Amino acid sequence: MRFGGLKAIDQLSFSIAPGDLIGLIGPNGAGKTTVFNVVTGIYQPTFGEVVFDNHSLNDLEPYQVSRLGLTRTFQNIRLFQDLSVLENILTAAAQHVSYGLADAVLHTRRFETQEKANLDLAMSLLSIFHLEDKKDAPATALPYGEQRKLEIVRALATKPKMICLDEPAAGMNHSETEELMKTIAQIRERFKLTVLLIEHDMKLVMGICERIIVLDHGIKIEEGPPEKIQNSKKVIEAYLGVDGSEHQIRLGS
Amino acid sequence: MQDFAQHFINGLSLGSIYALIALGYTMVYGILQLINFAHSDVYMMGAFCSYYAARFLNLNDSQGLPSFVVLLMSSIIGCAILGFLIERLAYRPLRNAPKLNVLIAAIGVSLLLQYTGQSVFGDDPKVFPTVLPNVPVLEGSSFTVHSLDLVVLGVTLLTLLVLNLLIFRTRIGMAMRAVSQNMRVASLMGVNPNRIISATFILGSALAGVGSVLVGLKYPKVEPLMGTMIGMKAFIAAVLGGIGNLSGAVLGAVLMGLSEEMVVGYLSSTYRDALAFGILIAVLIFKPAGLLGRSATEKV
Amino acid sequence: MSKEVVSKKPFMFFVALLIVGWLADLVLNPFLQFMILLLMINMILGMSLNLVNGFAGQFSLGHAGFMAIGGYVSASLAEIWWSRIGAVGGLLQIPFFIGLALIAGGAAALAGWVVGLPSLRLKGDYLAIVTLGFAEIIRVILLNTEAVGGARGFYDIKGPGDLRLGPLVVSQFLQFFAMTLFWVILCFVTIWRLVRSAHGRGFLSVRDDEIAAQAMGINTTQAKVRAFALSSFFAGVAGSIFAHNVGYLSPSSFGFNRSVDAVIIVVLGGMGSLSGSLLAATLVTLIPELLRPVQDLTGVDVRMIIYSFLLILMMILRPAGLCGSHELPEIWKKFALTRRAWAAKNMAGRQGRPSVPRV
Repeated sequence: MRFGGLKAIDQLSFSIAPGDLIGLIGPNGAGKTTVFNVVTGIYQPTFGEVVFDNHSLNDLEPYQVSRLGLTRTFQNIRLFQDLSVLENILTAAAQHVSYGLADAVLHTRRFETQEKANLDLAMSLLSIFHLEDKKDAPATALPYGEQRKLEIVRALATKPKMICLDEPAAGMNHSETEELMKTIAQIRERFKLTVLLIEHDMKLVMGICERIIVLDHGIKIEEGPPEKIQNSKKVIEAYLGVDGSEHQIRLGS
Repeated sequence: MQDFAQHFINGLSLGSIYALIALGYTMVYGILQLINFAHSDVYMMGAFCSYYAARFLNLNDSQGLPSFVVLLMSSIIGCAILGFLIERLAYRPLRNAPKLNVLIAAIGVSLLLQYTGQSVFGDDPKVFPTVLPNVPVLEGSSFTVHSLDLVVLGVTLLTLLVLNLLIFRTRIGMAMRAVSQNMRVASLMGVNPNRIISATFILGSALAGVGSVLVGLKYPKVEPLMGTMIGMKAFIAAVLGGIGNLSGAVLGAVLMGLSEEMVVGYLSSTYRDALAFGILIAVLIFKPAGLLGRSATEKV
Repeated sequence: MSKEVVSKKPFMFFVALLIVGWLADLVLNPFLQFMILLLMINMILGMSLNLVNGFAGQFSLGHAGFMAIGGYVSASLAEIWWSRIGAVGGLLQIPFFIGLALIAGGAAALAGWVVGLPSLRLKGDYLAIVTLGFAEIIRVILLNTEAVGGARGFYDIKGPGDLRLGPLVVSQFLQFFAMTLFWVILCFVTIWRLVRSAHGRGFLSVRDDEIAAQAMGINTTQAKVRAFALSSFFAGVAGSIFAHNVGYLSPSSFGFNRSVDAVIIVVLGGMGSLSGSLLAATLVTLIPELLRPVQDLTGVDVRMIIYSFLLILMMILRPAGLCGSHELPEIWKKFALTRRAWAAKNMAGRQGRPSVPRV
């Protein structure tokens, strides 16, 4: 992936098996979010290929990627601001309906049953995240942590096979992060989800991810289980710089 | 291709008038992201200012450079004051309102000026004083250059030169560019955005004032609705060049003037007014941000 | 509230208003009757533009162009029918003119679809200018098409005559009223129900955040084009009604100012508020007429000066429009709630209990 002369991601290759929970980490500007944008079709890769479920995603629009069952959340929360919590979720569930414009205007039985199904889906998802009391609140009226949760709920309403979470714990305090870890594990079990997770909170990443990919300057520098990453010299260097030890001494003095 | 040179001269002359008005649109857009619909009516008011100035000073029969300068000054000053007042009274209270509101307010101001013009000046067209003679100065085998064409081109070039110096060589010009890039950061750096915005309106309106006198000399008809069509074309020229971009506005305006003259000359004059939009749509489909504009990509 | 009745029991509402129309037929003078029809046409224009501007968030400044297409198509078809097949009269004329409006709407929708295509690449003001340009091009083409009257305009457009049902005579006005009312209610119900469906939520999400909408599986391209086409359909219908009602069309009746009128209705009523559009359409149609006494008083036509001044003032004082993005029933509910809260507070005060200050 290139932006003008800048190589944002270079020779990155990884594969994820169904049901995996993978962490994607790296210092700021390493290209983590760009990976998400390429995978979910928001950017087209300049070279290389993204394959999901035996479908090449290269020439697909983001909405087509979403309909194949690959969804995401956004790092800088992108909820539908003028819509209520419930409407946000129903919008994501809109791809499941097969009724046409006329059904919607005439309120046919097809419309009623499919809308009911979406509503049920939305309510059951809201209850997992304990947001059902706030269903009619404007999305932007939720506190920050709950907006992050709503992003996840909304993504789940697309009935995904795989979900990419972009810093879901950003801005959350310790106990909220703990709770989020449990919820992620829980939804993964319940919906048989594959999860790709970008996160800066190392405790969260090391705690729940089975495998971690480390990115630096758009290049994969390490991949493996948490224990391997924690002890990798390359990873420590990437985060702290080559002369990391000196920095530490200076900071300490 | 007999008359090509003639059409070229006419088109250049028309285009330079469009440019003067287009600059006002593009400057305001660059700084406020607002399509200032009232700009064309400021232009109209400028024409009336100089028309009445000529009447009260009895300049109707006195041809010559001094009369021309007096008309020019009265139009510039009238437009500048009007532009300042419009921004101060109608747009500034809406600084943080949604864009569409400001746009509707701009349309409101435009209607207000038109209707006020109609009831104060009357609907009937008035004749603009011919303070400069229109005589052939240069005659070739297939074309004639009239003195007014030279005046239009000369005054436009001079104005553009002054504008260029103002924007790229003075502190206030630098502040204007800063505010149009990022108002909040500029204000953190000690620039007072409100003052700069006022200055932009004054400057843009003054340019329209220059344009109105030039048009008045070339097509001596003054009426309350005279701004609508020329304003729309000037605005399109600005969009064509990439709105917010000064050289783009001039480029777009010249292209617009030339192609309009060519269509009238070689095809048909009835579709003259549709042409501008046709060109615009064609260009925007291929270059959505105009010829010299840069499209912004959204960060995800 | 009445607005909810419209979406749930549209037919009942239609019949109820028909009675109002019948009364208007008996009591009002032709000018006021014409104003009522004009008001309803403006309502259709406002609501349909709100679909694109307010709900789908695509700024269109060319609504008059679609209206023009509808009007001219409808007028021409009637003309052709009259000359080739013969005059339409009697009971057939109401379905005939409704059918004409349907075709006119279809033609406008097709144009809307074509204009919707560039909107996929253009945003905000650029789109506004392209739609404005499109409307201007339509106007210039009409101006130069002699077959539809060119600059002179399209005269003697056919319309329904008085309808005789035995001893009963249904006046021209009442028929127009019924047809226009039919379209107003159809437009209202269609948009109301649509924005409360999966398809309509697609429109809203495009307005709020296009990238997020895409990521959630919304085909934003399709949503925009559909919004444009449907909105143009109703504008075309409005054009058809206008043509047969007034009996005369001129390219200048579809200039920039009419597009602006439609935008004003949308913004004044509130983007994304259908009942707001109805309310604003009423104001925009009636204010110039209500200001007529002022004109008589001063001798100068100051109506439009006051109108434009009010417009600026309104934008400054109430930027979200009369209703914001809410519908009248919600506003009414909120109002009722605050009133109840006030009443409760007063009661509490009277009984000597300390009233809780509202935060």
